[in-house]
Amino acid sequence: MADNNRGRYTAVAISLHWLVFALVLAAWSLGLYMVDLPLSPQKLKYFSWHKWIGVTIFLFATARLAGRFVHPAPPLPLSVPAWQRSAAYVSYALLYVLILAIPISGWLFSSASGVPVVYFGVLPLPNPVEKDKELAEFLKQIHIFLNWTLFVIVCVHVLAALKHHIVDRDDVLARMLPIIKPRRE
Amino acid sequence: MRYGATTYAAAFACLGLLALPLSSGAQNVDYAHSQISFVSVQMKVPVEAVFRKFTAQISFDPAKPEASKAQIEIDLASFDIGNDEINNDVKDKNWFDTRNFPAAKFVATGVRALGPGRYEARGPLTIKGRTNDIIAPFTVKADGGSQIFEGGFAIRRLQYNLGEGVWKDTDTVADEVQIKFRIYVSGKPPPKK
Repeated sequence: MADNNRGRYTAVAISLHWLVFALVLAAWSLGLYMVDLPLSPQKLKYFSWHKWIGVTIFLFATARLAGRFVHPAPPLPLSVPAWQRSAAYVSYALLYVLILAIPISGWLFSSASGVPVVYFGVLPLPNPVEKDKELAEFLKQIHIFLNWTLFVIVCVHVLAALKHHIVDRDDVLARMLPIIKPRRE
Repeated sequence: MRYGATTYAAAFACLGLLALPLSSGAQNVDYAHSQISFVSVQMKVPVEAVFRKFTAQISFDPAKPEASKAQIEIDLASFDIGNDEINNDVKDKNWFDTRNFPAAKFVATGVRALGPGRYEARGPLTIKGRTNDIIAPFTVKADGGSQIFEGGFAIRRLQYNLGEGVWKDTDTVADEVQIKFRIYVSGKPPPKK
């Protein structure tokens, strides 16, 4: 990366970050909406779309995580206190774990329910577990719990980013935004 | 012969030992080792379901397959796809309408050999008041003195009015449904209690 980009995420990392965010928001809202619908062809479609989005999130998040090893994330500004650094790293780690674990839990849940996942109606994923009603109910609770945990961590993540931008007036948020240029240091 | 079997059946029924009416020469079906299931395709995803309750009367002699008789009745309310919401919904008018049509029935009116251990049964299949002739290929395997009948065939659900209203759309739930059966006919006489 060129020097003038120092302190910013790469264009690929920024794209993947916002793409994954949009997909997570879509899958999360669709999931919350579809579960209480009465059974209909539309509901079956929503469930399939929800699963396809989940698989896509998993793929993009894996790419983004792999990308971090090639282009490590820019360091936080020196002004950030140590405890906030630790908190930031813990929340980044939790976000990755949840974003990858939630699609996996959904895939296991679907499989235990006896409904294989067929990506875009074309590519059948293997069934990691046998059809099992009790296991399906357990995995459903796990899937829901992980999603609400993600909701909380995302809220913390957003509030922290806004706090950096508005209160600390540093470049922590700007380095992940495609448009706003970092302030001069 | 027919009279004899009826008397035999009546005697058992009177003793309250027999849940099924026995037809002439019918064999003893071991339901614990038998299964009727089907695979429907939803959004290109094959999903299997079973019928927990059915009765079968089968009279089959490999030496004279053409003389075979079979009648199978499925309790449609015993449908189990592994999801309570769907299990309840398919009892509704749009699907099986089990209140008006509690059972599906197949009567084999003709059986012929296709090859060693391979046969096909033809006959009317009635579901939800609609009857269509089907051809069901099956195999017969001997297990000691018992026989295992295994086979499957496809139906078009809309021919039986399965899936009315919004469910007529075959993009979400495909028209073709694969039905599979495995019927274990025990060589032992019915258990005497």
